[in-house]
Amino acid sequence: MSDITLYVTVVVLLFIGIAGVLYKRNLVKIVICLNIASSAVNLFFITLAYRPDATAPIFNAAPALGKLKMVLPAPQALILTNIVIGFATTALILTMAVLTYRANGTLDIRRLKGVEDNE
Amino acid sequence: MSKHIPVIIITLPLLFAFVLPVLGFAGAGPRVRNFLVTAVFIAVNIMIFSLIPSVSLDGGIIYYALGAIDPTVATPEGLDFPVRILLKIDGFSLFIAIIIGIVSLTSYIYSTGFIEEDGKTNYFAVIFMLLTAGLLGMTFTNDLFNFFVFLEVASIAGATLTSYVTWKKHPPYAGFKYLLISSIATTFFLLGVGLCYAQYGSFNIEYINLSLSHSLLDRIALVFMISAMAMKAGAVPMHIWVPDTYSEAPTPVTVMLKTAGIVCLYALFRISFSLFGNPLSGIVNSINNTTLGWIVIILGVFSMFIGVSMALIQHDVKRLMAFHSVSQVGYMLLGLGVGIAVYTNNDNGQAFQIFGKVAMAGGIFHIMNNAFYKSLLFLTAGVMEKRFGTRNLDSMIGLAHKDLFTTIAFVIGALAISGIPPFNGFASKLLIYESVYMFSPMLSIIAMFVSVLTLASFMKVFYSSFLGPRREDLIVNDKKIPLGMTIGMLVLCVLVVLMGLFPDIVINNLVEPAISGLVNLK
Repeated sequence: MSDITLYVTVVVLLFIGIAGVLYKRNLVKIVICLNIASSAVNLFFITLAYRPDATAPIFNAAPALGKLKMVLPAPQALILTNIVIGFATTALILTMAVLTYRANGTLDIRRLKGVEDNE
Repeated sequence: MSKHIPVIIITLPLLFAFVLPVLGFAGAGPRVRNFLVTAVFIAVNIMIFSLIPSVSLDGGIIYYALGAIDPTVATPEGLDFPVRILLKIDGFSLFIAIIIGIVSLTSYIYSTGFIEEDGKTNYFAVIFMLLTAGLLGMTFTNDLFNFFVFLEVASIAGATLTSYVTWKKHPPYAGFKYLLISSIATTFFLLGVGLCYAQYGSFNIEYINLSLSHSLLDRIALVFMISAMAMKAGAVPMHIWVPDTYSEAPTPVTVMLKTAGIVCLYALFRISFSLFGNPLSGIVNSINNTTLGWIVIILGVFSMFIGVSMALIQHDVKRLMAFHSVSQVGYMLLGLGVGIAVYTNNDNGQAFQIFGKVAMAGGIFHIMNNAFYKSLLFLTAGVMEKRFGTRNLDSMIGLAHKDLFTTIAFVIGALAISGIPPFNGFASKLLIYESVYMFSPMLSIIAMFVSVLTLASFMKVFYSSFLGPRREDLIVNDKKIPLGMTIGMLVLCVLVVLMGLFPDIVINNLVEPAISGLVNLK
């Protein structure tokens, strides 16, 4: 796949994610869309780091020094961090969705209305 | 030892956050835990204050390269190839760190009286310290990705604390909202960081600023970062989460969420000045600071006005105060916006020297004042909530008969937020009025009008909850206020009054270095 296709994919994924967060009414579906948006950013960083016909950024696996060509190492390390953070966020936010369901009996944001008890 | 202070300030709360559960399993009681956490926060405060002489008074900048042999070399390996994570402490980051230190100390002391011991309180302290570590990290880092990681630490900790009262109906949903908003903001922030990395191959803020080419991608990255940070700070088009989250969180946590908002505002300042600000670049199509400034001003004016007019009609005391914090963010954005707008006025910084600098001083000084009096007001709201068992103003009356100290604290906070002379709100608001008047008189009039409305809504709260006949039947909690809550409020009261009486000390020693940390006019 060429770079352009990948970048277009990034934009499309981002739009799907944000549109889902804006228009979906179910808390769990909102979380899924959030993850799609976050994957788009991950894909963006990986695409940045990618070089055609390059090896992994490990010195031992590199070809002869003269034609040394490696993919960028930093974004891959960073995206690993981001995936872990995304995992933590998703776990926590789903816990909150479960607790909301237990307390209110619904996951529909139209029926979860703010703070009526204290008004 | 002393050269490692920048990193110890961040790691001390982080380390003790993970020591606490171990101590809990070993059988240490609440008293040991409270003592330990308070000691850690006091130590953090002492370390932050120990940096004031070298950073704020001498105008120095402390660099700390993580993992380097000599971490204090000004620019390790030069800025040509900055691969290490750098911490950078200049006047402005120290200014924000002082706010974080004091507010987290007082709100933790307050929480020892506020949060009931139920066997799980250990976890509250753990996450509270993680939140503080995250905020301090955001303040000190000079690396965009590192900033993102600390931002996520602070968001996750903040959301967890918001929904701490999991057995009630609304807090989990409030936590969901906070985490959702934070995740969207951080996703877009990371996209902006990626756009910068794609062009310059580094995450170091100073390196990017030096090699900035003002391309179209830079502008897109600027929009992503600014809007993400404005969202987390609670500026108007993105303010809807503020009242829901602030009102449902336990009161000490509300104060910390407010501080998190302030740190995001700090990031907004940093991004507009340290990352993308380049006044004397001479590049023809550089980012137009006047446009950016006006956008920030308009965000600020809308925040001020919509925040205060929504606050006037609230019946829930914490929701009312939450809307006021939206309105106060507006003042800071107004000061910042005027500063940005005249930063590149093609007059060699004349306008900036005359009133742009004063506007920024007002905006920055207002951040500190607002952090203190707003925390004080939220803490008194916590007392009301404890006494009456509800946050509804309609079912509160006559608290002044019961808690004289809380009444005095509330009056001090309310007068400070409305900008009445002897208190600190007056000092910073006057700076904003004066300088903004020279930029555009209309904006200044709007700011004063908003102040009047602020006073009106706090008079409403004072009249309906503190004055009136003694009604013992409405008070559900008859006990004496715990000592911790009183100390927390007392410290903030003293600070609000002292900073109102001697504003020039703070402005000369902390605010001026903060501005010179942001702006360098050659």
